[in-house]
Amino acid sequence: MRLIAENLGGERGGATVFSGIGFVVEKGEALVVTGPNGAGKSTLLRVIAGLLPVAGGRVRIEGGGEDFPSIASACHYLGHQNAMKTVLSVAENLRFWRDFCGAPLLSVEEALETVGLGGIGHLPFGYLSTGQRRRASIAKLLVSRRPLWLLDEPTAGLDKASEARFGGVMTDHCRKGGIILAATHLPLGLDGAKALVMGMAG
Amino acid sequence: MLALFLRDIRLSIRAGGGALTGVIFFLAVIATIPFGVGPDLNLLARIGPAILWIAALLACLLGLDRLFQADREDDSLDLLVLGHDRHMLALTVLVKCLAHWAGSVLPLVVAAPLLGLFMNMEPIGIGATTLTLLVGTPAITFIGAAGAAVAVALPRGGLLISVLVLPLTIPVLIFGVSASYGAVTEPDPFLQPFLILAALTLFLAVLGPVAAALALRHGTD
Repeated sequence: MRLIAENLGGERGGATVFSGIGFVVEKGEALVVTGPNGAGKSTLLRVIAGLLPVAGGRVRIEGGGEDFPSIASACHYLGHQNAMKTVLSVAENLRFWRDFCGAPLLSVEEALETVGLGGIGHLPFGYLSTGQRRRASIAKLLVSRRPLWLLDEPTAGLDKASEARFGGVMTDHCRKGGIILAATHLPLGLDGAKALVMGMAG
Repeated sequence: MLALFLRDIRLSIRAGGGALTGVIFFLAVIATIPFGVGPDLNLLARIGPAILWIAALLACLLGLDRLFQADREDDSLDLLVLGHDRHMLALTVLVKCLAHWAGSVLPLVVAAPLLGLFMNMEPIGIGATTLTLLVGTPAITFIGAAGAAVAVALPRGGLLISVLVLPLTIPVLIFGVSASYGAVTEPDPFLQPFLILAALTLFLAVLGPVAAALALRHGTD
């Protein structure tokens, strides 16, 4: 499986944010997208996911087989918000996404254990701190299987220990043949990740 | 899909859900009518079905703006849209509509017989109005979903949705009220307008979610 972008362009509100982005990410690889604020990192991820129209060029996934014919069906998208309901408990939230996304992988308890939130599944999501919320939504990546992870500032709000743990989770995902595309300012602790710097002249 | 239905039902009954807002609004409107119209019991009985229907219609519109907006605010909507290949988006919207109806509108239908007493309606009239509300209100939710999807990106879209949706709900209102009257006044028929009302609901159950899904797909930013 590989993710290929050719001469990709994106726009927001009619203004071109970036253009001419090209990359190939193979199975087991990670691509870290960096750049100053406003360089279009989030827009790039949303264009790749198909949430924004492609303004130029194309992006596609190859070798997804029957299970993952398109990028949308093959990806987990982790946005700035956490896509969790504050009045439902953490476990209820995760169970919902597990059922909705299909292709179940880890159980809810195992996923929470992996991100270091074991034993708090019964709490309403709204009671959690910013870092805990982020970790809970990282657990969301683990409850159903998707080869491609599109992560937008995944480590925002995480402490050092959680960052390291998340680095381990991502390394593990790559080792199992997954692909990671992360937009971030912070080092993610991913060894051998490719880098894409946006917003540079030319 | 069942998971989505259950989640939305849970959200509507938990704190801040708004399942009761509609009922309380409904109650408030119906309770003030006799004060405004005066203690003419015959008049109240005559306008009862129409007032019940109008109040229910407005109460239905009340919670519609949250149908997609709540999901948009926490990015859940993105994931629902991305799930398109597994669950067709129109189907996802349909399930959300059904959950919204069961959580916020069904209580109105349940409260309608009680409020019918306020309007001095006959038992058969109350029964007919409740039945038409049961069959007709899903149509309002389905149309409303299209309006809610169009206005999803607007922070205070509630009024806009009402204005967009209200003209489209007029046929539902007309046939709902005429079926309710048909049950109590001879020689007006009950069955014909009731069947048209049912047909409207079924028709809009297809059209509304498809239109809403289209708006949602192109409304993400």
